[in-house]
Amino acid sequence: MKERVGIVGIGVTGFNSVSPSLSFKELTYTAAVKAYGEAGLHPKQIDSFITASEDFMEGYSIFDEYVPDQMGAVMRPVHTVTADFLQALGVGCMMINTGRFTTIAVEAHSKASNVKTLDEVQAFALDPVYLRPLKENAKFVAGLEMKCFLEMTGNTEEQCARVVVKNKKNSQKNPNAAYGAELSVDDVLNSEPISTPLKRLDVSERADGAIMVVLASEAEARALCKNPIWIDGIAWFSGNGNLWSRNIAEADYARLAMRKACSMAGISDPRKELHFAEICDEYSYKELQHLEALGLARKGEAGYLTESGVTSLDGDFPVNPSGGSLGVGHTFEASGGMKLYEAVLQLRNQAGARQVKDAKRCLVQSWRGVPTATGAVAILSNE
Amino acid sequence: MKIEKVPMKGLTSEEYEKALKISWKPKLQYAWDNGIAIGKYLQGLKEGKLLASCCNRCGRIMLPVRSFCELCWRPTDGEIAVNDTGVVNTFAICHVNWDASRLKPDEPRHIPAVIEIDGASKGQGIMHVLGNVDPAKVKIGMKVKAVWKPVAERVGSIDDIRFFEPY
Ligand SMILES: [Zn+2]
Repeated sequence: MKERVGIVGIGVTGFNSVSPSLSFKELTYTAAVKAYGEAGLHPKQIDSFITASEDFMEGYSIFDEYVPDQMGAVMRPVHTVTADFLQALGVGCMMINTGRFTTIAVEAHSKASNVKTLDEVQAFALDPVYLRPLKENAKFVAGLEMKCFLEMTGNTEEQCARVVVKNKKNSQKNPNAAYGAELSVDDVLNSEPISTPLKRLDVSERADGAIMVVLASEAEARALCKNPIWIDGIAWFSGNGNLWSRNIAEADYARLAMRKACSMAGISDPRKELHFAEICDEYSYKELQHLEALGLARKGEAGYLTESGVTSLDGDFPVNPSGGSLGVGHTFEASGGMKLYEAVLQLRNQAGARQVKDAKRCLVQSWRGVPTATGAVAILSNE
Repeated sequence: MKIEKVPMKGLTSEEYEKALKISWKPKLQYAWDNGIAIGKYLQGLKEGKLLASCCNRCGRIMLPVRSFCELCWRPTDGEIAVNDTGVVNTFAICHVNWDASRLKPDEPRHIPAVIEIDGASKGQGIMHVLGNVDPAKVKIGMKVKAVWKPVAERVGSIDDIRFFEPY
């Protein structure tokens, strides 16, 4: 990266299955107050503001008109990025790297509980000519990806179930998590089939919540903050958007984004140089598929790493110490943000009962959800 | 170029029916959480009151209720009921419906207006519609008053005020 960017303030609300006591503006405000408070900045001192949001999830078109108040960004430059939080974060880093901006605030939130036809919104992302006439629930995409991934790599449904058990266990130690549980592998394997081999407990459940991050240039970050967390590399890629002709077993987008982010961060052996990872586990198999695509496991090895405890909280390379989307809840556009928050806590040694020992460098990864082949990777460090 | 000279032709309904096409009717439904501020405001309407928020730092009395002052970046300092009268800040006379269909000549025109509410800070208005008034007689600066629905019909919505009329 031309110049690395520092995280000088971060704030989240908790993540919950519902959030009736706060409007979406109040939800974001709650996270923003914490983030600006940490940064020691009044929003008037922030140069530009970004929200990651998707109009269909908000129920508003041109949603960017509805975001300034709650970020303290009235009469200020604001824009939205229709993508995951990490992609908006990448935009913020690029803006700082232009040299025209010193501080940027990046926000994302989920009010998924307010979308009464969530499956219809997902179906609306399917191609109207080639997919929608088949009238399949959009989760079929996850089912066929999972099938292909398991078949091509030799990973198993049982190993996917172990991801669920692990992440829901980790999230019991996370006060912000909504879906902590003590499950057995059999509980997962015996849960109702959704789109075989995908079962109910392989699927993360929706959650509401908001996150706000304040970014600063390297010099400004050092001036503002004793212990900034550094974004050493950040990138996003899209694979082939056509479901029927993409490399469905492998997450190309994650492989490409990882290669780019590692080259920005000067990392050549991610498994050795990074100490843990927060990666997309919207569906259980995604954690395994992403581990392999990111080069953190060899092809067919991710399930074994899970089974043998390497990716457990006390393992050699913890994956999703937060509990991931399976344990914390799936927050749509805010997903990468929820994971980034965990990474920042870990790197600040503030993760309490789930603290990863000597965590100095890590990666955060997101995926845009079915039916997409788009995702982002950020490499963070604390020194 | 006159429009008649453009070489184009619309499809008849029969032709449209026969044309190869893709259509999709989305089912998008939302139920937004009111949260603190909107919840108080709507409850106020149900009780026949227009509630405004106060900010002790900038001194503004703001409509509708908000839980934080977006300019001072701090929580607001409580609510007060303001008057249900105000002044027309601007208005439009609409000859088409929400769905873009044209109003019939004998149907009353819709008159949406920004109404600055008496007792709130300068520039603090709400959007509503004017009624009981000849559109030709509406003027910026005109004084108007809320016409409320009967208590039993109020549900906690901006529709609890039927319209604003001159007084
Ligand atoms: Zn104020």
